[in-house]
Amino acid sequence: MTLINVTKLTKEYDGQCILKEIDLKIERGEAFALIGPTGTGKTTLIRLLDLLEEPTSGNIHFDGIDVTHNKQQRFEVRRRLSLVQQKPIVFDMSVYDNIACGLKWRNEKSNVIEQKINNALALVGMNEYQARNAKTLSGGETQRVAIARALVTEPEVMFLDEPTANLDPNTTLKIEEILANIKQEKKTALVMATHDMSQGQRLANRIGVLLDNRVMQVGSPNDIFCLPQSLDVAEFIGIENILPGVVTERDSELLTVKVNSHSLQVVSHRMVGEKVYVLIRPEDITFAFSKEKSSARNSLDGTIKRMTPLGTLVRIEIDCGFPLLGVVTRNSAEELEFKIGKRINASFKATAIHLIERWY
Amino acid sequence: MENLWQGLIKALQLIISLDPEVIQIAGRSLWIAATSCILATIVCLPLGSIIHFNKFYGKRLLINILQTLYSVPTVAVGLFVFVFISRAGPLGSLGIMFTPIAVIIGQVILITPVITGLTVSALSGVDKGIAETAVSLGANRLQKMILVLREARYAIISAVIMGFSRAVSEVGLSLMIGGNIKGFTRTITTAISLETSKGNLELSLALGMILIFLALLVNIAFNQLQHR
Repeated sequence: MTLINVTKLTKEYDGQCILKEIDLKIERGEAFALIGPTGTGKTTLIRLLDLLEEPTSGNIHFDGIDVTHNKQQRFEVRRRLSLVQQKPIVFDMSVYDNIACGLKWRNEKSNVIEQKINNALALVGMNEYQARNAKTLSGGETQRVAIARALVTEPEVMFLDEPTANLDPNTTLKIEEILANIKQEKKTALVMATHDMSQGQRLANRIGVLLDNRVMQVGSPNDIFCLPQSLDVAEFIGIENILPGVVTERDSELLTVKVNSHSLQVVSHRMVGEKVYVLIRPEDITFAFSKEKSSARNSLDGTIKRMTPLGTLVRIEIDCGFPLLGVVTRNSAEELEFKIGKRINASFKATAIHLIERWY
Repeated sequence: MENLWQGLIKALQLIISLDPEVIQIAGRSLWIAATSCILATIVCLPLGSIIHFNKFYGKRLLINILQTLYSVPTVAVGLFVFVFISRAGPLGSLGIMFTPIAVIIGQVILITPVITGLTVSALSGVDKGIAETAVSLGANRLQKMILVLREARYAIISAVIMGFSRAVSEVGLSLMIGGNIKGFTRTITTAISLETSKGNLELSLALGMILIFLALLVNIAFNQLQHR
């Protein structure tokens, strides 16, 4: 059975809509990431799911129990959940006592508490910090204590709101490693909100994209990043080549799509006459000086307009009747002597293109 | 001026020699105020918590009234208790007029608004996230309240110190319903008042110094507690 089932969940504050008719399912033991820009209601959704706030309308079922409003049931189910907040708050007591709170409140015996705390501290690598006052810890250490504290009660779902938003890259890496371990070793389902798409991709089995107070798309990381279903999602996940076009021909699965004056070959299921957006990932485009013999069905000539170094890569923007972005390694850019103003050939496969519907 | 100087010297002698009367009066002041303070605290912590953790109509007004009562005149409280426990009053049959119990009742009434009000502000000073974090970790209402009280412990200790200070230093109430009976209800403040009017400045000064010294000791003790 689905662990958390959310239907038509809406939340308003003072008449302002924060979340609009959210439908979402969380399964037992899965790792689910909510991604979306800041201010789209990720935190509010997490707080609703953790039963800290009540929705304006809609329903939340946990393990078949309706926990939308009933106080007693919300309290009982809350004890099967836990939350690590974006800026975790620790109590003014030792690290050990901080982690012990949840267990004491559940009337666990002190020898069991000790055992569980030691395990939790080991998992986050903080055993030697037991006696320290938690208020004196750094941001990353506080985060780890908060994770241990949320994990020690063996929740069925652990919510994490932006678990690494305030941390430096090294600490972020450490926290992600801890989360990856939890995912592997525990039965706990992880539900994390993050604005860092790549983090969602690294840690989650399933991703939900929250844009403009709605869940726009839910799917595997591959679905979300390669097959976005709407322009908003495509833009959010950073597909940079988004070109308006019209399907003009169809030969079973091979379509011809007209973009400006160019015809592109695309493998897809759209109908002739449909208005579409053509999405091409920059990394799927191959550049060369002249048209090469290759399996790529699409080949366009253009002039290099701009070159931007990106670490070991170079981002190349060419004009071939419309702007097209691609990347090459810095080495090949130097070898091939790419320069602004030079004419080059861009090629990409018919399967590298993803089409989404265009309404206007 | 010479009087004052000689008085100070005499006062020091009284203190250093552990004059039995001085010690007895100081001890009585201390235990009466301490008992009042403990009783008031037992009432005020739950009361303050209930006020802080519940939303109800008139909450703001109630807090305002409590804060106003911080400065209620001690004689007004004395009069109020007097009316109740005098022979003709509703509690007259208890026969507690002019006993330490009467003084303690008066002091509890006097300092309850102080400790309650300051407890409410102490709890309001705790980060809202503390209560929420507790709830998310599975605390029930009572467990959440205890945790927040614990987080506010230093501010609450200050509230209790304020209550104790007010109790140990008041004089009007002890005079009115305690009666300043030698060896029974005479406290430092009532003794000072009496001895001064008798012209016995040495004893008054000695008692005054002890009162300040006591206040200092209490503060140091609580400070130690805070820094532990």
